[in-house]
Amino acid sequence: MKFSIQINEGPYQHQASDTAYQFAKAALAAGHEIFRIFFYHDGVNNGTRLAIPPQDDRNIVALWTALAKDNDLDMVICIAAAQRRGLMDADEAKRQGLDADNIAEGFRISGLGQLIEAGIEADRLVVFGA
Amino acid sequence: MSLLHTINKSPFESNTFDTCLGYALDGSTVLLIEDGVYAATTDTSAAEKIKNASSGVTFAVLGPDLQARGLEGKLADGIKVVDYEGFVNLVAENDSVQSWL
Repeated sequence: MKFSIQINEGPYQHQASDTAYQFAKAALAAGHEIFRIFFYHDGVNNGTRLAIPPQDDRNIVALWTALAKDNDLDMVICIAAAQRRGLMDADEAKRQGLDADNIAEGFRISGLGQLIEAGIEADRLVVFGA
Repeated sequence: MSLLHTINKSPFESNTFDTCLGYALDGSTVLLIEDGVYAATTDTSAAEKIKNASSGVTFAVLGPDLQARGLEGKLADGIKVVDYEGFVNLVAENDSVQSWL
């Protein structure tokens, strides 16, 4: 079966990102396909490559990057939510005249249309949130 | 059409548990995750509501979240414990998922 996942909560805020990660891993292990993971609202903070959690804590951003790499996942960050919170990819930073970008490997920035498409194309859309 | 409802907040923190129970139809499943697992513990008003809910509604709780809170020994009757694989199966078995946030 084809799943899409939406994450509305930032890493370390509570538990939504962790639950979504464990769910995604279990879905892949069971042989399901993940069409897309869409990061919305504070969920966009899961995609910053500048996060340095303490060494004895899980690195949520790195976990997502690794999962995406191993399973060729499409991880999309909502552009409007990202811009409000200072998450930029190189192209967008350049367009805005900013001196830095901070998107982690495996994530890409795009619009809400990607969430709509994720809902249409997948058999199930599961929302994890604040 | 069967629906999977997920609840991620404690019933003592938020009213999503009560709202969900008001909407859950026979044939649907309510899965308690994250702080939602507190609704599955004995001697609480929430457990009483689960006991009195329609027999057509199935209740499940995410085991790892129950264990993380040290509540395995306080699980109320009539609630099925599932792991993440079971969570995935519930999503696949039901026609749609409603996350009460």
